[in-house]
Amino acid sequence: MLKTLIGRFFQGILVLFVLFTVTFFLIKELPGGPFKSGEKAIPEHIRLKIEAYYGLDKPVQVQYYRALTNLLKGDPGLSLRLEGREVTEIISQAFPVSLQLGLVAMLIAISIGIPLGVIAAWKKNTLIDYSAMALAMIGICVPAFVIGPLLADQFGRRSNLLPAVGWDPTHPSSWFLPALTLGLATAAYLSRLTRAGMLEILSQDYIRTAKAKGVGSFRMLVRHSLRGGIIPAVAFIGPAFAGIISGSVVIESVFAMPGLGTHFIKSIEVGDSPVILGSVMLYGSLIIIANFLTDLLGLWLNPRLRASR
Amino acid sequence: MVRRVMLRRLWTISAISCLFLASCQKETQVERANREGILLVGNSAEPKALDHQLVTGVIESKIITSMFEGLVADDPLHDDGAPPGAATSWEPNEDMTEWVFHLQPEGKWSDGAPVTAHDFVFAYNRLLHPDFAGPYAEMLYFIQNAQAFNTGEITDFSQVGVKAEDDFTLRVKLREPVPYLPSLTRHYTWFPVPRHVVLQHGKITDRFTKWSTPPNLVGNGAFKLTEWRFHDFIEVRRNPHYWNAANVGLNGIRFFPIENPYTETRAFLSGQLHTTYQLPSDLIRTVKENSPEFLRQEPYVGTTFVRINTTRPALSDPRVRQALSLTLDREQLCKHIMEGFFPANSLTPKMGTYEPEPKLEFNPEKARALLAEAGFPNGDGFPVFSMLISKPAARAGAEAIQAMWLKHLNIRINIQNMDWGSYNSAQQSLDFDISSAGWIGDYLDPTTFLMMWTKGNGNNNTGWSDPRYEALLAEAALKSDPAERYAIFRQAEALLMDAQPILPVAYYTRNYLLRPEVKGWHPLLLDNHPWAAIRLEP
Amino acid sequence: MSELTLEPSSSLWKDAGHRLSRNRAAMVSVVALSLIIAACLILPAIPGLILNPDLQNLPNKNISPSAGHWFGTDHLGRDILSRVLSGGRISIAVGFITTLVSVTIGVCWGALSGYAGGKTDAFMMRIVDILYALPFLIVVILLGKTLEPLTAELTRIVVGWFSPAGSSSASINKTTAWVEPITTLVPLFIAIGALSWLTVSRIVRAQVQSVAKQEFVEAARSLGLGHFRILFRHILPNTLGPIIVYTTLTIPGIMLLEATLSFLGLGVKPPYSSWGILIDEGANRMLSNPWLLFFPTLFFATTLFALNFLGDGLRDALDPKSAKD
Repeated sequence: MLKTLIGRFFQGILVLFVLFTVTFFLIKELPGGPFKSGEKAIPEHIRLKIEAYYGLDKPVQVQYYRALTNLLKGDPGLSLRLEGREVTEIISQAFPVSLQLGLVAMLIAISIGIPLGVIAAWKKNTLIDYSAMALAMIGICVPAFVIGPLLADQFGRRSNLLPAVGWDPTHPSSWFLPALTLGLATAAYLSRLTRAGMLEILSQDYIRTAKAKGVGSFRMLVRHSLRGGIIPAVAFIGPAFAGIISGSVVIESVFAMPGLGTHFIKSIEVGDSPVILGSVMLYGSLIIIANFLTDLLGLWLNPRLRASR
Repeated sequence: MVRRVMLRRLWTISAISCLFLASCQKETQVERANREGILLVGNSAEPKALDHQLVTGVIESKIITSMFEGLVADDPLHDDGAPPGAATSWEPNEDMTEWVFHLQPEGKWSDGAPVTAHDFVFAYNRLLHPDFAGPYAEMLYFIQNAQAFNTGEITDFSQVGVKAEDDFTLRVKLREPVPYLPSLTRHYTWFPVPRHVVLQHGKITDRFTKWSTPPNLVGNGAFKLTEWRFHDFIEVRRNPHYWNAANVGLNGIRFFPIENPYTETRAFLSGQLHTTYQLPSDLIRTVKENSPEFLRQEPYVGTTFVRINTTRPALSDPRVRQALSLTLDREQLCKHIMEGFFPANSLTPKMGTYEPEPKLEFNPEKARALLAEAGFPNGDGFPVFSMLISKPAARAGAEAIQAMWLKHLNIRINIQNMDWGSYNSAQQSLDFDISSAGWIGDYLDPTTFLMMWTKGNGNNNTGWSDPRYEALLAEAALKSDPAERYAIFRQAEALLMDAQPILPVAYYTRNYLLRPEVKGWHPLLLDNHPWAAIRLEP
Repeated sequence: MSELTLEPSSSLWKDAGHRLSRNRAAMVSVVALSLIIAACLILPAIPGLILNPDLQNLPNKNISPSAGHWFGTDHLGRDILSRVLSGGRISIAVGFITTLVSVTIGVCWGALSGYAGGKTDAFMMRIVDILYALPFLIVVILLGKTLEPLTAELTRIVVGWFSPAGSSSASINKTTAWVEPITTLVPLFIAIGALSWLTVSRIVRAQVQSVAKQEFVEAARSLGLGHFRILFRHILPNTLGPIIVYTTLTIPGIMLLEATLSFLGLGVKPPYSSWGILIDEGANRMLSNPWLLFFPTLFFATTLFALNFLGDGLRDALDPKSAKD
């Protein structure tokens, strides 16, 4: 098992390297440019001076090498859009917001999705099952940029219960709507997977045995089947986290949140390469870590996997 | 194990409900801000910088005017008022080519240092310095020799017409009579910078040093910068050193850069903002019906227009441009798309006693004749151009214009949406065909609308210029009698409208939302409400 | 005792067909899908039947659903019904064509990898693993933005094919009018397709590996049949089940992705619209014109629902284990 984990680790590094290279060269191809984007034209000789300062006049390989070493040193340089501000400063402001959003969304997704799936499996083919799965369908099929404004309108404008816009780390009331909107799709997937997994377990022979033995149904449900039944859902948590990270970009736009996704979109519009590189690498690392942790979790939950490989 | 798992499930279900109940807010953000005396302002976009010598936008000016003050302050009630600001009094010489300003003896920067005339001289030196490359340096060209210094023709700043006669007296020598100079100094390009702080963080010509970021920023205005969180908010708090601090009504202001106007409206209606930057026209009717007490519709000194790249084939022919202009049904556009706006009959909106000759009309037949004359009968052979827009709000208008030209002239154009940055750079490098644009006046004199159509001006971006036009403007500059000046400006504008490198569409009305507890906020043509005069009375 | 008949795979399809037809949700979905697709593809093409979706009629703006306009009008006076139908064309085209492209790539990749085995397989799958770990939406956004200038170039080239030098500008305009909607979508096809073939390649590889072990393959090899023939004529048809299921379930994801990109301003561009754009316009104007949001969302969600239920039904129908359910 240790061998697999080490192998995974190195693969992760390789992935990050590929991601960096691909991103770097794609950025070079982006239309537009950061220094032609002011409301007034910057005189040509000044623009050349600024570009030289940022090292944009050197050949591509040199820029690539510089960018790589800077990244490894942990100093991706200055933003080209928010001039003079350091990328690390920008990311250190924005990342905690996105991370908080992602974690709360994941929490909500798990807290809604898994119990919903268990209940649906338990009450299979009844109205409860159908409505639970219909709710899940809505979460999957209706885009976040519809659900978000609808919820914001209902809870924000009409009833002033929750803020409709923005994210304030000190006030939980602003967390709920964005995290809920983001978590809904994941909750939907989790509930379907949990239901399928639970049904699989529940239909197996040893459950029938327990039933025959007269074990009380609820106890049986949780004690014997939950651990096995949530395996498909748990396996999904890694990709789910990736989905939440991607989805956060949309949610941040809908709710005007000061997170990493907002900066990412803006820097793409303008070609602010240090920020693009920094945020893409951060996203990529998060996903790799999440996948890694999911593998660990999966191995822990399913002893059968530990032995072989 | 069972109990643990069961409890875990029960816990997770109730956790959600508790989270929800607990997170419901007990008071809205506006209510809390009212208690604290903080004004919550929607400000459309993240500012490029807060060093006022590095920016040109209106968004930045809103924040800058809370932290800095010019020689003359903004009047909360009157468009042409001139209350004392950093200067207590001023007087011109006989032919209005020289002004002397007497500064507040009690004027202080927010770190306690006194504001002196040397700060002003330093500021103008910095903005005009060719190496600094200040984007809006031309606003100072009224000063004698300023342009020569900025282009590098002369290198000795002491030859430029601004002198500190002593610590509290500033003498400004102009290149031509400027009767409206006090009004001009209300624009942020004429504001001072704290010399001692700027030099602490770099040389006079260094751009983007840390002097203008928290915690270093020092200003002489009613408020000082306390927090700058990107895409989140910028907060300023009361400046105890401000010479007029006793009369400042607010404890602080928070500016929120919400770009999407629909999201901004949603935030306002959920009690998160005291005022918005704008209101999308399709929401005007609903707001009128449901919450009319929030709606404000006020004339604004700005014009929307279609900018044309006159270096492109077909567009270089003034007949083509006239044809395009004659098929713009401005009435329809204002009635249905840009609600509250007024159809433009020339470029400059009425300001004071200046009113241009009405030259624009809607006449599709004449347009078709002109287009045929220019060699494109019934639109045949007319190239397919692209119209640039940069905001989703502009799309409706662009699509309407697209349909009008198709209907009346049988020509096709495409619409291209670009982000603000690319949109600007495309126009500056003349890498576009047509764009949907606008201009908001910086001060109340026709020159703010007419000056930019000269050759080489950074805001022209049409490739058009005409020596006769420039001659007229130069002639007007020498006159000090307003009536004479205006007469010549009318002539110049008529010439401009014959050539139409830009097709004016409508005069702006500002549609926005404002909560009734905000007091001291009156309709102003320049929308320059002095923050110091605002109070919150819930 | 029944005979042991070695039935060819056709009975799998027959059984599957039976099971599917008993699944009510799936059957309703098939009907709904056919109706929507037919409406979007056929109705706008019948001249005179549907109003012009681009026709603006400013005095008529923001009308609620009524006799003249079944779905109402939008903020520019355009008929929402026709906009939903013609926008649907684009959404469906993007969904189906991108899925087709992506599945084709994935099937070829996975089949080759699974069949080849050994080092080739390991290498090909390593590439899949690496690409899989990339942040999907982020890379799609980056690709989409980079490929934007492609549309103009492509349009120029394709119009050049159809309108030789010297044609009148009127005919060029005409050609552009039908070429452009397609070339506008090409960057989207590439950007989305570039990363979405990965999962299907894994599925196909697993399937191919398990089928390739069966005896009839060995028999074919010993008969001297070429590799490609074996792979594409004999192995793949037996893996068709999961491929079909996966394809049906991929389309909704891709349509959602297109809608998201359009919302972020990176997908379909004006004057063309897709359901995603219509939904975004509607969400903004929710306060004043709820019909603008309701109808596109209804069509969009229904299509996605139907595809999901159909996919589930197909999975249940084709998967023997489902009998235990």
